[in-house]
Amino acid sequence: MTGPTVVVVGAGPAGTRAVEVLVRAGLRPVWIDEAPANGGRIYQRPVAGTTRSSRDLYGTEAAKAESMHAAGERLYAACDWRPGTLAWNIRPGMLDTFHAGRHEAVAFDRAILCTGAMERIVPVPGWTLPGVFTLGAAQIALKAQGVAIGSRVAFIGTGPLLWLTAAQYLKAGATVALVLDTTPLRTKARAAAGLFADPVTFAKGLALVARLRLAGVRVLEGGVPVAFEGTDAVEAVRVRDRRGREQRIACDAVGLGFGLKPESQLADLAGVPFRFDAIERNWIPERDSAGRTPVQGVYLAGDGAGIGGADAAELAGARAAWAVLEDAGVASDAAEIARLDRALARLPHVRAALERAFPYPSALAARVPDATIVCRCEAITAGELRAAARARHVTGGAAEVNRAKAFTRIGMGRCQGRVCGPPAAEILADALGCDIAAVGRLRGQPPVKPIPILAEAAE
Amino acid sequence: MRLVRLADTDRPRLAFTLDGAPAEALAGDTLLTAILTNAGHVRASEFGDGTRAGFCWMGVCQDCLVWVDGLGRVRACTTPLVPGIAVRRT
Repeated sequence: MTGPTVVVVGAGPAGTRAVEVLVRAGLRPVWIDEAPANGGRIYQRPVAGTTRSSRDLYGTEAAKAESMHAAGERLYAACDWRPGTLAWNIRPGMLDTFHAGRHEAVAFDRAILCTGAMERIVPVPGWTLPGVFTLGAAQIALKAQGVAIGSRVAFIGTGPLLWLTAAQYLKAGATVALVLDTTPLRTKARAAAGLFADPVTFAKGLALVARLRLAGVRVLEGGVPVAFEGTDAVEAVRVRDRRGREQRIACDAVGLGFGLKPESQLADLAGVPFRFDAIERNWIPERDSAGRTPVQGVYLAGDGAGIGGADAAELAGARAAWAVLEDAGVASDAAEIARLDRALARLPHVRAALERAFPYPSALAARVPDATIVCRCEAITAGELRAAARARHVTGGAAEVNRAKAFTRIGMGRCQGRVCGPPAAEILADALGCDIAAVGRLRGQPPVKPIPILAEAAE
Repeated sequence: MRLVRLADTDRPRLAFTLDGAPAEALAGDTLLTAILTNAGHVRASEFGDGTRAGFCWMGVCQDCLVWVDGLGRVRACTTPLVPGIAVRRT
């Protein structure tokens, strides 16, 4: 059949379930992902011929990972599957892509953007030293490559990924030198009632903590990282416990992360408006519960549209695909759509409880010492950012993050502020004495990631 | 720092070059794994604040860029190791 040309960007849980619904309805969508196979980061595949079982790799989520991978294998041939492809810009009806040294513009009638998430960071003195990685990096290294980021690893931050990654390292045979959760136990206890709404996940979380404690791992809840020390690589972390006592713990690697933020650059370039979500403490693109955005033909699903986790992403991906099918007049299934809507409606309050249980430590971010690098790309320090806020030249001080970017180059580097954006906003808001939402967000620019300028254009 | 191999270690060994010197890693490795099982960093900051060894391992932070003959500048964390590939650190 000839139907609308639908492009799905992303092959994680949301993108995979979106493509599945579209293919079942008889469409042949264009399906794009930078990775060589589907699964996204959460269900990222190991090296070919791995000797590890799904249970080894994905723990309690093994069945979900297997289902996701099987869906991919089924769907590749039923759509225009383009692995190893970067979608680096979106214009009305057109997606600019880069694959194997060649550029190609892909025309579309409707696009579902399932671009996922990345880690949210608080800069710590010494965090640019070799050996300091994100928690996600630590997890991907182990899952996809069978390597640990070091032989004695400190895990520092907050959120489910902190405890999960530490437990995975322990199980894989690495030494876990420390788990430091910046969230005090009492904060988590207060949020526990909300977490009971999803008792299975809550029980899995408690089991992880219990496993680490039983193994004798040093655990500091309500502590703060002070500095990562070393000359050519990290050799120790200095931390303070909740009573303010400082200790120095030797290690040769650090996994660092404080929750997730949406990878939403393409939604931004498509013209989707953003709003500040106070619970998530992230800027998120506007969409309705079906994934429709105010921009005609652009739909969003998964963590890229606001952090919800992998199970929510599967539902949202399928729901966005149904929105596309309905809006294009291709198909509808009232019962299935109602089922998805009911399941999706249950999620936000569980998510809110999780955000309250593991809040981004905004005060810690706002207090990053002056000499500490905030922007890894351009080596811009917190002090330079504060000076920009205080600047009193003809244009006035930097009253929002894009002005601060012009003054200091913060966020102007190769990652476009993906890493430094949240802490830079906290530092700026603190220096200006204003609300975090008032300093705005760094705008996306094409290309959303560096690409060779001399690449060949296809055809 | 050095990455530590904990699983899937009996893969075929692949030869490549790192800054012109011969090196070895395993089939299925990304360039980031290949480099950091042989050396302690992948690049130097352009601003003189020291060396870097990647950070996010998922293609977003751009802190593991290396040069590869024939490919130009690539993200080491998402570029597969192939036999004989010539990798240069910056």
